Amino acid sequence: MPNAINIALIPLLPFAGFLLSGLFGRKYIRNFAGMLGTALILGSAILALYTAYDYFFVYGKVDGVYQQFVPLKITWLAFTKELSIDMGLVIDPISVMMLVVVTFVSLMVHIYSLGYLKGEERFATYYAYLGLFTFSMLGLVLASNIFQIYIFWELVGVSSFLLIGFYYDKPSAVAASKKAFIVTRFADLGFLIGILILSYFSGTLDFQELIARLTSPESNEAKAAAASTFLGASALTWGAALVFMGGAGKSAMFPLHIWLPDAMEGPTPVSALIHAATMVVAGVYLVARLFPVFALSTPAVLEMIGWVGAVSAIVAAVIACTQTDIKRVLAYSTMSQIGYMMFALGVSKYGGEAGLGYTASMFHLFTHAMFKALLFLGAGAVIHYVHSNEMKDMGGLRKKMPVTHFTFLIACLSIAGVPFLSGFYSKEEILLAAYHSNTAIYYIALVTSGLTAFYMFRLYFNIFWNKPYEAHGGHHGHGEGGLVMMLPLILLAIGAAGAGYIPFGELVSSDGKALESHFDIAFSAAPVLLGLTGIAVAAWMYLKENKKPENMASSLGGIYKAAYHKFYIDELYLFITKKVLFNLVGRTAAWFDRTIVDGLVNLTGNTTVLVAEGIKKFQSGKVQQYAIYFLAGVVLLAAFFVYVWR
Amino acid sequence: MMEPGLYHILTVSIALFFIGVMGFLTRRNLITMLMSLELILNSVNLNFIAFNKYVWPGKMDGLFFTIFIIAIAAAEAAVAIAIIINLYRSNQSIDVTNAEDLKY
Amino acid sequence: MMNGSTILFYTLAALTLTCGVLSIATRHIFRAAIYLLFSLIGIAGIYFWLSYEFIAAVQIVVYVGGIVVLIIFSIFLTHQAGEKLPKQQLNRGIWAMLAVFCGFALTMVQVLQHPFPSGDGLHPVTVRQIGEKMLSTTDGGYALPFEIISMLLLAAMVGCIVIALRSKPETT
Repeated sequence: MPNAINIALIPLLPFAGFLLSGLFGRKYIRNFAGMLGTALILGSAILALYTAYDYFFVYGKVDGVYQQFVPLKITWLAFTKELSIDMGLVIDPISVMMLVVVTFVSLMVHIYSLGYLKGEERFATYYAYLGLFTFSMLGLVLASNIFQIYIFWELVGVSSFLLIGFYYDKPSAVAASKKAFIVTRFADLGFLIGILILSYFSGTLDFQELIARLTSPESNEAKAAAASTFLGASALTWGAALVFMGGAGKSAMFPLHIWLPDAMEGPTPVSALIHAATMVVAGVYLVARLFPVFALSTPAVLEMIGWVGAVSAIVAAVIACTQTDIKRVLAYSTMSQIGYMMFALGVSKYGGEAGLGYTASMFHLFTHAMFKALLFLGAGAVIHYVHSNEMKDMGGLRKKMPVTHFTFLIACLSIAGVPFLSGFYSKEEILLAAYHSNTAIYYIALVTSGLTAFYMFRLYFNIFWNKPYEAHGGHHGHGEGGLVMMLPLILLAIGAAGAGYIPFGELVSSDGKALESHFDIAFSAAPVLLGLTGIAVAAWMYLKENKKPENMASSLGGIYKAAYHKFYIDELYLFITKKVLFNLVGRTAAWFDRTIVDGLVNLTGNTTVLVAEGIKKFQSGKVQQYAIYFLAGVVLLAAFFVYVWR
Repeated sequence: MMEPGLYHILTVSIALFFIGVMGFLTRRNLITMLMSLELILNSVNLNFIAFNKYVWPGKMDGLFFTIFIIAIAAAEAAVAIAIIINLYRSNQSIDVTNAEDLKY
Repeated sequence: MMNGSTILFYTLAALTLTCGVLSIATRHIFRAAIYLLFSLIGIAGIYFWLSYEFIAAVQIVVYVGGIVVLIIFSIFLTHQAGEKLPKQQLNRGIWAMLAVFCGFALTMVQVLQHPFPSGDGLHPVTVRQIGEKMLSTTDGGYALPFEIISMLLLAAMVGCIVIALRSKPETT
């Protein structure tokens, strides 16, 4: 059986780090905070690995099916006997897998930041935020209750806000953190309403109960939820769709993705953490957590998830091809990959062979965490070296930073789906799942995969090849960064290369039963060829400095421009909020506030003043006047009691 | 003219009371207002005594009330005069129309 | 029909009311105090007439000997000799008169209509009885009010002294 204390310690250790560095960091343990946070997360990672081993190989499997365990559940807030908000821990394949991913990537980021943020004024604060972020994500992963997940969901939002806005003296960072917070918050509104709808109809907040009640078609709850309709869709569909809206916001799915590129304003290791292990995969995790509900009760919503994922994947891939800020390229690549995971879930069915998409999605989440963290940390090293985010300031770095170059190449090959690296295996499974279920999505995914290879190698060649590197201002005394920055890169590179060999289908599947994953060379040929073509095109265009990219851009004209401007989605949002919302709703609300609300308030005030003006004459200071009032009162009362009251 | 009894004494008491009230309302000098108050108190005392005598002759409660009221009246007069003297000291006048500072 | 007792009562009542009216009407404040004195003496006479000698004595000692003297002292302190009070405002006098008359009529109507039970009025009260009752702690005794009144008098005495104390000139 799972050991509740060990598992509870996994999130609590980073939390302790947050408390210690947050409370004492600035004064007492300033230089020591980084080591402390790293040590705690190391403990957490070891515990997570141990838990994973224990779960997958010792007690988790009963009769060939991985069970869900709830080793700890405390009723935190009881509304009724039935309905309560619990604080619990859930142990099942996906949560265990996420524990490993989150703690491992977080550990890498912690170690890496020791070098990357060395000498930073608010070093301890940074580690406190990292601890909080990790804690929130681990709590989210372990949540046994849909409301508990919501609480940690918001905590993730807050800590991402803190981290993105870490350089708070930079206006763009402040704007980005606000944008991230507001956009995800807006999506969370949908999530909250979805939670309320689902819990209202199922009468519980507990995941196990909720899923059990809503998925069996005979249960009263499912019938009631399916029977009540709103705008032509059943309440259950609405609830599931709104919950997905929350997930889409956190996972930066189209069209709620606008915060993600701007979130690059935070320190680069934070971007690695946000993109690889926490925050953006929270949406995927949420859908996976509630997957039975989506798959069995609301197939329409699941199909929508598939399409949203596919559209996000291709849109982001197109935009990524045009960006020049390396972190933005990576950000759009994340969005594209998360889109992959989403549509993999969307095309999946519950149970059996048809549940391949689910496994593939989780698998891709796992491998993506490895190579995306690696990419970001590598990009961080590059940025650290050249002090710029722009591609034009880079080039020819392969000699200057060999370790970074090599690990970055592994990550690029992996994400591009080159055979025998981790990305290949997970991507093939996704494509296979899509192929068997939705051909349109399959072709979109295929195109995206080619584009992915192209933009990743565009990035790679621009950084490490292209023109020879000349130092700007010649102030580069340091090399690639010390061991603390190289070690995570190497470890992650090993992960990115080898993660594909984990027999994922046997460990994680939609119904807990082992799933045989098989590779078909014929099927793999198309995506691999496309990927290699993408690499070749990128090499042709960017290996040496030349005019081809400009020519290409000008020949594509409008499309290039639109993609460069991210398809004007930001502008569209600004138009809607500034022009439409502010003018129509804001003006009206302001008018209403000023005239009606303020009017009422002023009316009360003025009435009081008027009445006071009227009656203050009585308070004249003339004793005899008072005596007359007094006498008149006595006489009136006497008359009343004598003649009226009797 | 008939034999004087309870009603006669009550008439005297009521008349005295309203004489006091009249004085209290029309006088502007604080000392004369205080005198009017004394008249009012005395009319009340007279009431208590008359009721004690004619309605409950076997008891002494009205009598004791009178005694206590006299005691309280003495205290009240003393305090009132202390206040009046203090007011005179600060205002150089004991006219109520000059002591109207305590208003809105 | 007129015996001595009746004549005495009417005389005392007339003295009380006349002196009361004069006391509130005169414009010489010192005379007002003297009229008040006589009015109070008239009330003391009515107490005598009712054969409550003790109360009459208390009335004379406290009111005549105490309060009126106090009032006269305060007049000496606050007024110049022979100073006349300012004339009263006519309309206020009329309104007050009207109000007072209405109140008087109302009360009189009520009192005269009300049938009071009449006792025989033949229970003279001795000072011994009063004294015993005053200090009796049994049911119906007045020991507690007596003590409270003594506390009140003490408080009033201290309060008077404090209020009338000449405040010290500000030493800055």
